[in-house]
Formats: sequence, structure tokens, C-alpha cells
Amino acid sequence: MSRPETDLAAALAADTPIPRDAEGPIFAEPWQAQAFALVVELQNKGVFTADEWAQALGAEIREALAAGGCKDGSDYYERWCEALEHLLIAKGLTSHEGVDALAASWARAAEATPHGKPIRLENDPLRS
Amino acid sequence: MSGHHHDHDHHHDNHYTAIEARVKALETLLVEKGYVDPAALDAIIDTYETRIGPRDGARIVAKAWTDPAFAERLRADGTAAVAELGYGGRGGEHIVACFNTPEQHNLIVCTLCSCYPWPVLGLPPVWYKSPPYRAKAVIDPRGTIADFGVTLPESQRIRVWDSTAETRFIVIPMRPAGTEGWSEEKLAGIVTRDSMIGTGLPQIDKAVEDAA
Repeated sequence: MSRPETDLAAALAADTPIPRDAEGPIFAEPWQAQAFALVVELQNKGVFTADEWAQALGAEIREALAAGGCKDGSDYYERWCEALEHLLIAKGLTSHEGVDALAASWARAAEATPHGKPIRLENDPLRS
Repeated sequence: MSGHHHDHDHHHDNHYTAIEARVKALETLLVEKGYVDPAALDAIIDTYETRIGPRDGARIVAKAWTDPAFAERLRADGTAAVAELGYGGRGGEHIVACFNTPEQHNLIVCTLCSCYPWPVLGLPPVWYKSPPYRAKAVIDPRGTIADFGVTLPESQRIRVWDSTAETRFIVIPMRPAGTEGWSEEKLAGIVTRDSMIGTGLPQIDKAVEDAA
């Protein structure tokens, strides 16, 4: 089996290189790897193509640079998450409000979860 | 662990940053709609499990192996010794280093929640977060370690450390024989994540020769 990033890396335009070292992608924090895995899996499932993803991410990064965003690439995975959200919205799979509401619910669930217990969405006290 | 106070009020143990909550939200809605399979996501993340976070723990262990004075400071006050190297967790939590000895092997459990010290140890493997692992580690630590292919001598007792909301543990494995004269960098290369959790031992065959 080829490593999951191979197709992805090939599809990414040269101006949007994924943070990596000689052996492949590296992640500063776990959520970045989670966001990376989502995109790999969505391509595996055919929800969008590698080309569609490269265009979405490239557009997001160019927009951020034009607006004076980080030039050192340190916000790469923030842009990655925005590109994913926008692409899913464009595909009619969710809405900005939908993601907002679910993110707020996860944040409340985390705060409401005591040490040693798994953080579950059901732990959100406002979730019915 | 009494007498410690954080600068901020500690009303809760778990917290997601805005971006962490957003990624969870995207994942949840895609799982609910059936577009992604959580097991497939875990498998992809596991592919990169050694490539996430600064993975400072291996360098802490290698320093302790090569610098006896540092090892002493690490034993006495893990938080301060780790900070000395410029490493640390996200919050103000304590770091306690548990040194393996011929008499005692240490094993860490926890981390159903967000308390796992990934900046030091790297990402937790999927198995580590599972309730069965946690339960078995407490009841049968020797069997748990054996599940990972590591057989410890009967004479070596096993102590299980259960992380608290404010304390994170790192196991300092024993330096393997045959590594005399190795550089700190080369030593760090054989300190696996599992060896710092206690489910593994340093892997001397993982050593990479120093760059000339």
C-alpha cells in the first residue's frame, strides 16, 4: 500500500507544500494529523478528488497571504481546515452554522468532562 | 502533589482549543453522514504516530542517560528539569519522571481524556486510549506489557502510575547495554514512545549512526 500522502503531495501545487521532512509529513499538534486524515479519507471515499482539494487549499492559502497572513507557513493547517470546511459547504454537505454549532458543542463537552473520562459529544450539557 | 496552585482557576480538567473543537466538529458530521469511517481515520493517524508533536521525551531520556547531574534534577523535580531543556506541556501541569530500575518497571495509564502529554511523548496510540487497556493495565500490568511482546523478569516489580488532572508521567527506561559511548542524539533515536509509557523498551536496533 502506498503511503496516504503520496497522491495528496503529488496533487498539491508547488506553492502550497505540506510541512514535511525527508521522510514525509510532520505535524506540530495532534489536531493537524486529524485534519490531514479527514482529507485523505474523504479522497479515498471519492467525496472529492485530489485536484479539487489542491485547488481549494491553494485558494485558501493565496487568500490568506494576500490578506497579510503568515508567510512562514505556520498557519498551514488552519488554512487546511478552512479549505476543508469551504469545500464541504460547496458540496452541500454542511453549512458554516452547522459546523459552528457542533464545534461549540464539542467545546462545552470537553469542559464538562472530568479527568480520566473520554470526551464525548453527549457530555455537552446543552445537547438534547 | 498538594500545595500546588495554578495561576488560573482550574474549574475543569479538559479543554479543546477553538481549532481542536472545529476539527472534532468536521469529523463528527462526516462520520454521522457516513462519509468517513472512524477506524480508517485512526489507521491513517497511526501511520504518522511517531511524527506528531515535538517528541521531546526521547531527548529528555537521552540527556538523563548521559548527564548524571541532570538525571538527579529530573528525579527530584521533573517539571523544573524538563523546563530547563525548554520543553513542557501546554498547561502548568507537573511532570514526574519514573525511573525504571532492575527492581522496578513503571507503566503509565490514563488518557481517556485530553491529559496525555503528547508534546513530550508524541501522539498516543489508539490502543492506549481504549478502556480495555486502561482496565487491564491496572489489574494485570505484567500481562499488559506481555501483550506488547515485552517479558519482564519476575523479580522486577511493576508499578502502575495513573495520571491525575495535574500530573503527567514519563517513564525513564534503563539505558540498554551496548550503548556505551553513544552520543545523546544517537541514544534519543532508540527511545521509543512505548518505552516512555512503559509498554516497551528502548530499541537498540533502531539506532541510526550519527551524521559525519
